[in-house]
Amino acid sequence: MSALLIAEHNNNEVKPFTLNAITAASQIDEDLHVLVIGHKADEVAKTISQVPNVKKVIHVDNEIYENFLAENFTSVIVKQAENYSHVVCSANTFGKNLMPRVAALLDTSQVSDIIKVISADTFLRPIYAGNAFATVKSLDSKKCITIRPTSFDPAATSGGSAEIVKAEGGDANTNIKFIRREEVKSDRPELGTARVVISGGRGMGSGDNFKLITAIADKLNAAIGASRAAVDAGYITNDHQVGQTGKVVVPDLYIAVGISGAIQHLAGMKESKVIVAINKDGEAPIFSVADYGLEADLFEALPQFLEELSKLNTIQK
Amino acid sequence: MKILVAVKRVIDYNVQVRVKEDGTGVVTDNVKMSTNPPDDNAIEEAVKIKEAGKAAEIVAVTVGEEKAQETVRKALAVGADRGIHIKVDGIVEPLAVSKILQKIADKEKPDLIFMGKQAIDDDCNQTGQMLAALLNWPQATFASKIEVKDKMLEVTREVDEGLETIEVNVPAIVTCDLRLNEPRYASLPNIMKAKKKPIEQINSSDLGIDTKPRIEQIKVEEPPKRKAGIKVANVAELVEKLKNEAKVI
Repeated sequence: MSALLIAEHNNNEVKPFTLNAITAASQIDEDLHVLVIGHKADEVAKTISQVPNVKKVIHVDNEIYENFLAENFTSVIVKQAENYSHVVCSANTFGKNLMPRVAALLDTSQVSDIIKVISADTFLRPIYAGNAFATVKSLDSKKCITIRPTSFDPAATSGGSAEIVKAEGGDANTNIKFIRREEVKSDRPELGTARVVISGGRGMGSGDNFKLITAIADKLNAAIGASRAAVDAGYITNDHQVGQTGKVVVPDLYIAVGISGAIQHLAGMKESKVIVAINKDGEAPIFSVADYGLEADLFEALPQFLEELSKLNTIQK
Repeated sequence: MKILVAVKRVIDYNVQVRVKEDGTGVVTDNVKMSTNPPDDNAIEEAVKIKEAGKAAEIVAVTVGEEKAQETVRKALAVGADRGIHIKVDGIVEPLAVSKILQKIADKEKPDLIFMGKQAIDDDCNQTGQMLAALLNWPQATFASKIEVKDKMLEVTREVDEGLETIEVNVPAIVTCDLRLNEPRYASLPNIMKAKKKPIEQINSSDLGIDTKPRIEQIKVEEPPKRKAGIKVANVAELVEKLKNEAKVI
C-alpha cells in the first residue's frame, strides 16, 4: 500500500513544512502520494509534483476548501484514504486541527507528532513536553500520523514530475463559517524555519522593550520568538510563542533573553544546535540547557550585544 | 444552554517528570497530580458563560481511574453543577475517550462541549477533534476567545499564522487554549459545597466501548541530554565564542 500526505498551503504557495512532512512520509512508504485540497491551488499542485519523492498528486478544487476548514476537508480525505495504508500530515495547527477528525472516522488511533520513523508501523514521539521519548507501534491497519516538521529535513523541490490527477470533493458543512484570518505579515524569516531565533520572556518587562530584541534580530536575520509568559502579558502576539503549546523550533542558534526556562518553554527549543541564555538570575533553569550562558541584566547586555555585532566584519545570514 | 466540560487528571505541570528505569513509562507514584491546565480554562469559560446568564447547567465529565474523580470535584468547586466519572483503569487513548464521551453526549444532549486543546501528559491533541467527528459537530479548536451568540459561537482560534475567527452553530465542540481566560481558584466554602454535589459513576464496560489500546508502547526513555555549557563573563566573550567557536554568526 501507499502513503497519502495532506499538503498544507495557502492556495498560492506550498507551506514550507509540507516539504518536511514529505520527507517523513516517504520514509514511511516510498510510494508517496500528496493530496492538495484547496481553491484555485493549481500552482500548489504543480510545485508539489516537482518534488522528487512524490509519485502522484491528487488535486481537489472547490471554493468550499478556500479556508481549509477541517469539517469540509475530512470527507475528501476519508474517501481517498481507502486506497492508502497511511495518512500523514504536519503536526502544526493545520494538521493538529484536521488529522484527529479524519482518524476518528477511519476508526484509527492516531500517532501524533512523531520525530522519527523506525518502521512503517513504529515511531518515536516525545511525551510530557519532551521529558520522555516513547517508541510506539500502531496496531491499526490504517494509520494516521502527524509528524513534527522540524525533526525532518525538507524534501528537494525540483527534479520530479509526478502526474497530477483531479478528484471530486464533497459537500460543505453548513454548521461552520470562516470569518477572517489575522495574519501577522513580516519580512523576517519564519519562526519555524529560521536559522537564528532570538526570544524574549517576561524579563523583557514590556512590549516596547522588544525593540531591543528586534534590533538584534535585524542584524542576525533572525526570527523573533517569545515565552508563553511574554505572550500572556501582551508583549507580543501568539504566533511568536515557542514551547509545548506553541511552536517547536530547531534553529542553528537560539538566544533566550529574560526567559527563566520552564519545562514548557524548553520543550519548544531545547533541540536547537546552539543555545544562548541571557538572564540576570544565575539560577534560572534556562542555563541548564544553554551552551553559552551570560548572567547579566538584559537591558545592559542587549545594547552591548548589538554594538559587538556591529563591530564584526561579516555576519552569516 | 447546557455545557459539558471534559477534564483529565495528569501529572502536575510543575513536576519534573522522570522516566522509569525499566522503560515502561514515567514515574507516577507519589507524584502530584492535577487537572490538565487547559481543561481548567475550559471549566472557567463554561462558568463565565453561565454567570452571564447564557447557560443553565454545567456538567463536568472525566474518564479514568478512581482518583480521576478529583478533577471532577475540583470542577464542581469552581462552578460546575454536577459530575460524571467514567471509570477505566490503565491507558485510555483519545479515540476511546472520544467514543465514551460520544455516549455521554448522546445521553446528556449538551449544546456545547468544552475541553482543553491538549493534555500535557501524552501531548496528543486529538480528543476534541475526534469527538467532533464522531458526533458530526463543528469544531472550534485552540480557542483564545469565545463569544456566545444566538444558537452559535464566534470563536477566535490561535493558529501558526496568527489568529483565525470562525462561527460555529451549536451543538459544537470547543477546545481551549491557555490564553482563553484566567482560571479562578476555588474558595473554601465552594470546596465544601462541591462535596455535596452529585457525581455519577459509570463503568466504561457498561457503555459497551472497547478501550483496549491500539497503540503499543514499546519503550519510554530519557531524551538525549545536552552536554553542559559554559558561562561567559561578558557580551564581548559571548560574541567571540559564537563567531569563532560555535561558528553560528
